[in-house]
Amino acid sequence: MTDNTEQGRRWHDMGGKDAGEIARGEHDFALWEKRVDALMRLTSAKGYFTVDGLRRAIEDMGEDAFETMIYYERWIASITQNLIESNAFTIEELNQRMEEVAARGPTYGEAQGPGEMERAE
Amino acid sequence: MTVLPEVTAPPFPPPYPTRGARFAPGDTVRVRPGAAPGHMRTPWYLRGHTGRVERICGDFANPEELAYHRDGGPARALYRVRFTMAEVWGEAAERARDTVDAEIFEHWLEPADAP
Repeated sequence: MTDNTEQGRRWHDMGGKDAGEIARGEHDFALWEKRVDALMRLTSAKGYFTVDGLRRAIEDMGEDAFETMIYYERWIASITQNLIESNAFTIEELNQRMEEVAARGPTYGEAQGPGEMERAE
Repeated sequence: MTVLPEVTAPPFPPPYPTRGARFAPGDTVRVRPGAAPGHMRTPWYLRGHTGRVERICGDFANPEELAYHRDGGPARALYRVRFTMAEVWGEAAERARDTVDAEIFEHWLEPADAP
């Protein structure tokens, strides 16, 4: 009996809907994607948030984010949101650091800059 | 009409401890219907549908609370509940006797004979 109406169904809760074409392409993960994954593991292990918080912030981004952002883009947006919520850093500190990184140069290699170890020396 | 699956409870105790679960393997349960705001793991397509408890998984912190930086306590019993395709999809089911298992927390379940 499918007597549920669609009233109140949230966009991400899509089980049972027509899926359309399934993208079966595969790709190796980029370095930044691996780093986002590592960041999730490190910060959740430190207790800043759980996988439930990760999912909640992604769900709250809405359907548009699902169409316009790739998987690890949604992850880094959600991780950032959760870290701000749990006071790991402030928005001001984040913006400051983003400016520092952007000022290093336009390529990924340049933006990485010296590692934290070198910087500390 | 509700079509219930066969279930055989696993021959071992729940892998995670439970302080006392309201339902037992074989019990007929209905997933609470309707919508609620927030983060929920109970899939929409099962809400309002009836199945059988296949096993008790144990007690776990509530993800609906954990999602908002709260501690998730008190831990709640989590079940694996089995549904027939006939129950979930009705006439649209391709193979009516096939089943789907879903892990559902106790507060989303009620006895099937509840009014």
